[in-house]
Amino acid sequence: MTPHIQSIIHPAGIEAARISHLWWVMFGICAFVWFAVAAATLIAIRRGRHAASAATDRQASFAVASAGVVSVIALVALLTQSVVTGRALDSIRTPDALRIQVTGNQWWWDVQYENPTPSLRVTTANEIHLPIGRPVAIDLLSNDVIHSFWIPSLQGKIDLIPGRLNEIWLQADKPGVYRGQCAEYCGAQHAKMAMVVVAEPPDDFERWLAANRASAPVPVTPEQERGKQVVERGPCAMCHTITGTLAGGHSAPDLTHIASRSSLAAGSLPNSPGYLAGWITDPQHIKPGNHMPPTGLNADELQAVLTYLETLK
Amino acid sequence: MKPRMMMVLCAVMCGALIAACERETRRYKELPAAANRETGVRVSQLEPGMPQQRADVKSPYQENAWGISEGKRLYAAYNCAPCHGVNGGGAIGPALIDDMWIYGAKADQIYATISQGRPDGMPSFGGHIPTQQIWQLVAYVQSMAGEVRATTAAGRNDAQMGAVPESRQPAQTPIQTGHR
Repeated sequence: MTPHIQSIIHPAGIEAARISHLWWVMFGICAFVWFAVAAATLIAIRRGRHAASAATDRQASFAVASAGVVSVIALVALLTQSVVTGRALDSIRTPDALRIQVTGNQWWWDVQYENPTPSLRVTTANEIHLPIGRPVAIDLLSNDVIHSFWIPSLQGKIDLIPGRLNEIWLQADKPGVYRGQCAEYCGAQHAKMAMVVVAEPPDDFERWLAANRASAPVPVTPEQERGKQVVERGPCAMCHTITGTLAGGHSAPDLTHIASRSSLAAGSLPNSPGYLAGWITDPQHIKPGNHMPPTGLNADELQAVLTYLETLK
Repeated sequence: MKPRMMMVLCAVMCGALIAACERETRRYKELPAAANRETGVRVSQLEPGMPQQRADVKSPYQENAWGISEGKRLYAAYNCAPCHGVNGGGAIGPALIDDMWIYGAKADQIYATISQGRPDGMPSFGGHIPTQQIWQLVAYVQSMAGEVRATTAAGRNDAQMGAVPESRQPAQTPIQTGHR
């Protein structure tokens, strides 16, 4: 898996650029203060102790007063910059924005592209595709505990709170692949709750959306057909959905187009047949405590399931 | 306090700490040995000759708070609630919080009910749900009827609470009602 960008100082959208700017302003002012204090301390050490007199007292009072004034000015400057940035972060609201619903789960992200026509909705998991240059509204929910949605290259963080709808706006301006991460401790596998964010030109995005609207491809070979049957009759279908098949569980990531995604287990593993086999055989070794149980498929069944899942582009 | 008293007190407290281990253990992977036993459940109460002795099989998660809370999560995930009620109060399926048991209140009987299904509605989940999770569900179902220790059963819901928490469910004497 290529390392994806996850950095607030390499912004890829206007909101992240504002946050990055605020970060540099704070860094500059704080660095200046630090060097000024360090320099004053060094000068004081060099000069050593002097006998107190009316003249030195006046000098000391002047130094304290001017340092106080400079501190107040610096703090007000930081506060102003922070408030201005905070207000500006909410400025890209438009009625024709792309609307996505992201639901946090222990320990994966459910992603739905909303559409008034239910059949045109797209459901995926742990991977968000965004058209560049278009504002995106993300509705945030949680199914269990508090999570926090954070794509450092695109926006600040916001919590996903059970029973409450939160909303965040962002816009990607540079095409690229970014990494998002849960930023609120949410249990054993909090660290392995990541997502891949693909910002791409609008045409590519529309193509991706259309491809993901389709039902799962029908198996062609007997081996693929057998894999589909194992999925439908075995334990997989109890939790996972594959649109167009009998698998219709709702408590685990949607697998309809799993082969088109770049990662497995919420950004924990690259998506390749080998890693997928490892994950299906022993998920508790890779993410101890996650909600996928060891499935107990035998070698033949596993091979068939892998063959079938690889066709779900 | 005398040193001897002190030592006895320490020993008792260490014992109490060790006793808490079973309650807290999280066995993500391996199934406890007890779970692999043949359940030996009998569907009929008629037996030729003297009835055979039945082993008193317990769910390996009966003393385990994590296992029971997993059972509670699976109860929602595997759609038990639409028939048995969100809090086990019953709907088109029988209630689970009362003392009436059509097919038996013992752990292995509940296991067989989930795994093999029962006539007139209960689907068989064997092969669809891993064994480990069936045992977690068994422990949770028992906790709904007040049949696990109050210190192990769940004390609260993540969502809004619609009934008394399992940990405050009074212990009941199961009554075998038989099928209608």
